[in-house]
Amino acid sequence: MSPPRLFWKAPPPGDVLVRGAHVLDPRAGIDAPHDVLVRAGEIAELAAPGSLEAPAGAETLDGAGRHLLPGFVDPHVHLRTPGQEHKEDLDSGTRAAAAGGFVAVVAMPNTNPTVDDASVLRALREAARREARVPTGFFAAVTRGLAGDALTEMAELREEGALGFTDDGKPVWRAGMLRKALQYQKLCGGLVALHEEDPSLSGAGVMHEGEVSARLGMTGIPSISESTSIARDAAIARYEGGRIHAQHLSARESVEAVAEAKAQGVAITCEASPHHLTLTDTAILEALDTRLKMNPPLRTEHDRAALIEGLRDGTIDCIATDHAPHAREEKEVPFEEAPMGTTGLETAFAAVYSGLVRPGILPLGLVVEKLSAGAALLGLPSPSVAVGASADLCLVDLEATWEVGEAGYESRSENCCFAGRTLHGRVLATLAAGSVVYRERAFALGVA
Amino acid sequence: MRHLLSIEDLDRADVERILDRARAFTEVSEREIKKVPALRGRRVLNLFYEASTRTRSSFELAAKTLSAEVINFVSSGSSVEKGESLKDTVQTLSAYRPDLIVVRTPHVGAAGLVARWTPAGVVNAGDGKHEHPTQALLDVHTLRERLGTLDGLDIWIVGDVLHSRVARSNVLAFQMMGARVTVCGPPTLIPRGFEALGCAVEHTLDRLGEADVVYALRMQHERMTDSFVPSLREYAAVYQIDGRRLGPRQVLMHPGPVNRGVELSAEVIDSPQALIGQQVAAGVVVRMAVLYELLAGRASGDRAPTTRAGGMEYA
Repeated sequence: MSPPRLFWKAPPPGDVLVRGAHVLDPRAGIDAPHDVLVRAGEIAELAAPGSLEAPAGAETLDGAGRHLLPGFVDPHVHLRTPGQEHKEDLDSGTRAAAAGGFVAVVAMPNTNPTVDDASVLRALREAARREARVPTGFFAAVTRGLAGDALTEMAELREEGALGFTDDGKPVWRAGMLRKALQYQKLCGGLVALHEEDPSLSGAGVMHEGEVSARLGMTGIPSISESTSIARDAAIARYEGGRIHAQHLSARESVEAVAEAKAQGVAITCEASPHHLTLTDTAILEALDTRLKMNPPLRTEHDRAALIEGLRDGTIDCIATDHAPHAREEKEVPFEEAPMGTTGLETAFAAVYSGLVRPGILPLGLVVEKLSAGAALLGLPSPSVAVGASADLCLVDLEATWEVGEAGYESRSENCCFAGRTLHGRVLATLAAGSVVYRERAFALGVA
Repeated sequence: MRHLLSIEDLDRADVERILDRARAFTEVSEREIKKVPALRGRRVLNLFYEASTRTRSSFELAAKTLSAEVINFVSSGSSVEKGESLKDTVQTLSAYRPDLIVVRTPHVGAAGLVARWTPAGVVNAGDGKHEHPTQALLDVHTLRERLGTLDGLDIWIVGDVLHSRVARSNVLAFQMMGARVTVCGPPTLIPRGFEALGCAVEHTLDRLGEADVVYALRMQHERMTDSFVPSLREYAAVYQIDGRRLGPRQVLMHPGPVNRGVELSAEVIDSPQALIGQQVAAGVVVRMAVLYELLAGRASGDRAPTTRAGGMEYA
């Protein structure tokens, strides 16, 4: 029996009736208005709009004109706990997640100390049981201290609930070390997620290497820094029969490398972020804003188009935010000095909906599916709008517009690359395991 | 115009107006009493986060010649070394009510940030590898004084373009003034995508004879340790401008300081074609004209500066 791998401070589940929302769940094959009744944490009934009565004491949500979607799952967030709570903590980070429609998030281990031994993971797990507003899972490090020199106690970490292993923020730059981790994966399982970057190519780069970096005089990070690492790691995974996941794809060459590896039968999956799917490095030419600095960097339209195509044809398996909070004083410095990272949980849906769905580039169903597809890659249940399934849902208003940052953020940090942009699509409420974990301030909740 | 952050803050008419004034100021430098009261009572603050001899001293000389008060603030031994952020330093120094801050930093866009954090005008005296607009103006001035116009000139900029803010500002300024620009250097020292600035890119000096102006860049010794060039000896063999390569009708420029025997041979430095001394002299009068333009020229705020080099104000 495998140990639990998601932890949170679950409120007691109540009864909730969502009236008349347009239910869209591509996995369950639903695309029509329904009443949805949630009882004891599960979806109890799905029926024609207006046909269900709210049980006494049930909360009611008016879904008319809104969409009810399977809740989102983010396999890649930085909650900065332990050690960097001035940027984010389990409470603020999961509040941001709930506000973005996420019903589960998975935290990266590049904390201080790093999550590289069982005692740190145990403490984190217990903290999540006290503080996390949505179910939260944890990756453990591949190498001790993310230093790339020695494997962590992978088997023990898996026993303590690690969902997988990653040195995210850094690549596992020694091929031999990755090979040993994949050999150990046969013993203990767990996804090995890889930050794909060749430091000898990325060097001191601070943005995409191309016309914009040439114009600005900034050191560039070439796209081959990412794609050659993916090709190398895919070859190692193929040789060892290991399963790897390439994090935050940014370059066209990387999409091609993943497609090639998949065609050869390598057990490789990958993710793309809302910012790489909707922004390019020309945004930095318009405003040299440190919120637009992240690793991997925003690249060109040519790369963005390849990411979108990869999402459409299935080369890219899921959308992940790489939510990376940084404090104001850390980001309020010259661009080259600023730390890499943008927050993303609160804007993920609105960004991809505004940037990809509204302009007719990708269908809504596909984007919704990709926003929770990370769950299956980690062996977690995929949220589904089906009777008997755990009630992991989010209610969105596709027509609502909002200016990012205008009303502040749930996250402790404000380094959002979409700040100041007006987006379509607002999350009105989020249910995790049947509990309302988020409700937009202006959105009324009725009680029957 | 309140700030000069990038050459792109200026159009051709602005450049001509500023340089015509620089020409007029040349006469002041030739007087026995080298001082005019144009900026009397104004405060100019030099904020330098990088070592600089000629740029800082020429700004100081320019300000003093125009009778402005000058405060020099250099990073060494200052609050910066105690961990004060750029923002706090700028806001602290702004309490001294400077009218203008001249800022050099090793970071792209930092002058733009300073402009957002102070009510004073700001002159970018070099922001990382990005721009050095007053260098470009003094180089245009030097060429105008020597050749009359830049229209139709072929200008070759040779050397380490990758690490050069001078190259970026000068490509833009020379083109704005009607010249055709070619940058030339080893492929490791030309940034990928540099053609986007509108110039041609060459990797050998084979066609250097087509140039009217040869502008050599400084080759820094530390580039060798990063393998940008295998050796300075080989670099000099392929890219050094010497008496063999420099034709009699070509003029030679260099932003200084020169590595004698690396990017330039001694014979060309000392030749009558070299305008290196004129460039240094132009530094003072052009910076006088820039200070005058920003502090006493047109009414302030008549044109918005570019914000690209700035950076969005936080929240």
